[in-house]
Amino acid sequence: MTAQDTSHTGAALRLSPAAQPVRAAKKFRRLPTQRDWPVWLIVTIQIGILVGAIALWQAAADFGWIDGFFWSKPSAVYATLIKFFTEGDAWTDIGYTFRSTIFGFVLGTTAGSLLGLSFWWSRNYAAVVQPYVICFESLPKLALAPLVILVFGMGLASKVAIATALTIVVSTLTTYAGVKALDPDQERLFYSLGASRLQVFRKLVVPFCLPWVISVLRVNIGLALTGAIVGEFIAAQHGLGRAILYAGSTYDIALVWVAVLVLSMLAIVMYVAVSWLERILRKGIRQ
Amino acid sequence: MIEAMASVTKVHLDNVSMTFDTPAGAFRALAPVTLSIAQGRFVSLIGPSGCGKSTIFNIVAGLLQPTGGRVLIDGADATGTIGRVGYMLQKDLLLPWRTVLDNVILGMEVQGLPLREARSRAEPLLRRYGLAGFEHAYPNSLSGGMRQRAALLRTLLFDTDVVLLDEPFGALDAQTKSHMQEWLLQLWGDFGKTVVFVTHDVEEAIYLSDEVHVMATRPGRLVESIPVPIARPRQRSVTLTREFIDIKERCMQLLSDAHSAALDEAA
Repeated sequence: MTAQDTSHTGAALRLSPAAQPVRAAKKFRRLPTQRDWPVWLIVTIQIGILVGAIALWQAAADFGWIDGFFWSKPSAVYATLIKFFTEGDAWTDIGYTFRSTIFGFVLGTTAGSLLGLSFWWSRNYAAVVQPYVICFESLPKLALAPLVILVFGMGLASKVAIATALTIVVSTLTTYAGVKALDPDQERLFYSLGASRLQVFRKLVVPFCLPWVISVLRVNIGLALTGAIVGEFIAAQHGLGRAILYAGSTYDIALVWVAVLVLSMLAIVMYVAVSWLERILRKGIRQ
Repeated sequence: MIEAMASVTKVHLDNVSMTFDTPAGAFRALAPVTLSIAQGRFVSLIGPSGCGKSTIFNIVAGLLQPTGGRVLIDGADATGTIGRVGYMLQKDLLLPWRTVLDNVILGMEVQGLPLREARSRAEPLLRRYGLAGFEHAYPNSLSGGMRQRAALLRTLLFDTDVVLLDEPFGALDAQTKSHMQEWLLQLWGDFGKTVVFVTHDVEEAIYLSDEVHVMATRPGRLVESIPVPIARPRQRSVTLTREFIDIKERCMQLLSDAHSAALDEAA
């Protein structure tokens, strides 16, 4: 109680024990924690879900829970897959779609990045062109696909054109975001050293914007593939898009699944390849 | 000073003034300033924020066209031309994708010197001035003091007689700062350049300089030039001598006068 007595001297400052609000007995939560599962467990569960889904699908079709004609079934899909690669033109279709995608991807990304970088050269030029870029961005470019097919024909060119149209805007805007993020002081440093505009562009603007250019690669490969497939939907002699459309119109549902499956594989392979390219490029510029 | 009269004028500001057009009307950043800086000297500009120190630097570096007056370097009109003086901004502005060595040679590279020659010129200097072992490191792995060293070497290796340093040590802790001051004085002695130094730190200005120019704000202008006749090389302890403290008091007095004058004008 001596402690209480001494506290009386500071009564004006401190609350007497009686006046102190009583703190209700409070429960304290534990910090929520999560234990990580071992990798083998996660992989096992993942495989289990896949196998279970396929088995369920097969059973549902076999026991008549779903209409096997419209939904097809894994065993039929598997048989068609083998046939597609042995008797059908799987590799022609894959090669065709792959080429349209890669050409469109390279063309769109390169042109878009250059366009984005070009906005650094002149503020006036950038101000004039900007609204057009924004308009083109908001435009549903796939809606123009029928027109593109008319102009560029049934062949590869039209698919490349659609894939390019989808990728170019993303690259342009992202690269321009890089240009805008450039520190004006950094430019001033170059000019104080007596640099020309070309030197500032080559030694500062381009290397500075490279991370932005690289960051859109993975997005663009997906967009380019979408563009190529849509082009093939509308008019084409080959390609996975055409295979899907053809199979659907002849009620060969198993072939639709096969083509979609092959398409996903192609998408994954290209995505992984681009991610790998991105890593190499990033290492190259040390950002 | 007799000594100053005998030496050659390196940089001369002849009635340089700057007025910015703002939406609120014309803003006088710099009233006509006339200032002569002798060759090989170390001079400092001190003053409150907005007194036009950075404006003067930008004009001398050619990054800003003054609305009046001329800048003479070696007696020739240098107004609005770039690449004549080394200019170090407050930030180190090292390029993160270049190694320290390749950052330091930037000035020589921009001036068209072959890369290999520029590198071979820079390498011994990096070793000599405390960046040994960091030649091939990237800036993001360097401490603040090291980054400033690299930035300062980049400025000094740029082949000009005059360097402008805009608060280069402003962001450093006190101990690193005093190390860097010694280091800068060593470099200044070795390179024999004319240094113009901007700082907020009065003691730093006096300790380093041959002459301190005190500025005031609204409009930015030169108030007084105070010579620092303390012999070199200077020991840290000179900051405790009567002579040093007198100069410091004089500077402080001028700065506080300038401050209250600005307030009067605002009222």
